Amino acid sequence: MAFLDKTARSFFLVELLQGLGLTFRYMLKPKVTLNYPYEKGPISVRFRGEHALRRYPNGEERCIACKLCEAICPAQAITIEAEPREDGSRRTTRYDIDMTKCIYCGFCQEACPVDAIVEGPNFEFATETREELFYNKEKLLANGDRWEAQIAANIAADAPYR
Amino acid sequence: MAEFLTGYAWPTILIVLEILAIIVPLLVGVAYLTYAERRVLGAIHLRIGPNVVGPWGLLQPLADGLKLATKEPIIPSGSSKVIFLMAPMLTFLLALVAWAVIPFNKGWVLANVNVGVLYLFAISSLGVYGIIMAGWASNSKYAFLGGLRSAAQMVSYEVSIGLVIITVLLCVGSMNLSDIVEAQRKVWFCLPLLPMFVVFFISALAETNRPPFDLPEGESELVGGFNVEYSSMPFALFFLGEYANMILMSGMTSILFLGGWLPPADIAPLNWIPGVVWFALKIAFVLFLFLWVRGTLPRYRYDQLMRLGWKIFLPFSLIWVILTAGFLVAFDLLPNA
Repeated sequence: MAFLDKTARSFFLVELLQGLGLTFRYMLKPKVTLNYPYEKGPISVRFRGEHALRRYPNGEERCIACKLCEAICPAQAITIEAEPREDGSRRTTRYDIDMTKCIYCGFCQEACPVDAIVEGPNFEFATETREELFYNKEKLLANGDRWEAQIAANIAADAPYR
Repeated sequence: MAEFLTGYAWPTILIVLEILAIIVPLLVGVAYLTYAERRVLGAIHLRIGPNVVGPWGLLQPLADGLKLATKEPIIPSGSSKVIFLMAPMLTFLLALVAWAVIPFNKGWVLANVNVGVLYLFAISSLGVYGIIMAGWASNSKYAFLGGLRSAAQMVSYEVSIGLVIITVLLCVGSMNLSDIVEAQRKVWFCLPLLPMFVVFFISALAETNRPPFDLPEGESELVGGFNVEYSSMPFALFFLGEYANMILMSGMTSILFLGGWLPPADIAPLNWIPGVVWFALKIAFVLFLFLWVRGTLPRYRYDQLMRLGWKIFLPFSLIWVILTAGFLVAFDLLPNA
């Protein structure tokens, strides 16, 4: 009986037709495609994207040149040089991140005692040359100014969980 | 001079125009078949498919063609150059010449020969030479394996296709394709000969190297099979030839089993539509089946493919030929008798 059943099934192509039915049903389902440059998927508030150096609301840069980020960076992508400023405060004179070395682990923002270096929500910073990915302090501060609103909102949203 | 014009020049021009009237729509059809394939597969995968080039992505095939045309044709140094370049031309040529006997409507046929079916059968058998030549001339192990597989596969499935065609011929009593279509006025052969229709469709998949029988290409184990070494226009010719063959096999399926240019029923609103539209619709339907099967089934293992061809389809279609013949004789239904 089992033999008959199996033979009949294969001769009437039962399983093939079931498979075809399944794919036909899928053909009619709504598409899941995100039309990427125009639509984007949601990202977490903890998303680790392009780096930014933040400022205090009064415009003073947060970074105090403690070099913890430079020390912890597993890819050694960060280079910092520091000197006392004219008013006596300790500030960086050079803050470079080699984005081609960075592995986006987020250790720098975890290490930072003043929330100065952060990895923002931006992931669309592809460039046409390698040199453009050697970020300096100016570029990082400009990123901070550009993304500050979203970065601040993300930090506030994540605060209860840390 | 006047005799030359009326007796020779004018008929030649007319035939060239007729050939163009077949080939140009065919090539446009090939281009949009690639587009349709990507859209249908996309839909099955819950994707959108190409939709950026032109409205709804309709210019995508043109962009792809342009891309292939502007690339460099690379000829491997170890290859047999003449045969290497002849293979894609042969494939393309054979895919086109078969269309000479296809009737698009009552009387709309370039060469209304009485052995149309035999001609089609011969041309589709020759198609394997393009692939064997490509596989051998490339001097590459992947291409060679692809060529060998293709040869064995096409020979195996040609046997059952031949038997299916014999069954149809028994019911028609003529090898003229127009007569075969006319014989289906009462009922399309896909109903009384349903099992043969299924066998023919599956063999057509194998004959055109379509999934689930795409072992000659076999991306996953043969990189790209017989056409790995090809680039640019030679590759494009293979591609065009393969898709033109798909359309040809769909045309054959619609002529042999789906009533060619005939409407589903000879009643008022349906028979107002010209026959060529019905024929195109039937071809499109069979092509959709090709794409749908590709989106559903995984590739056969090679021994399974051979088992299906020789141990199942061959005896099955042989038995069905005998049954049909016996039925026709017993009930005195033989045509031309």
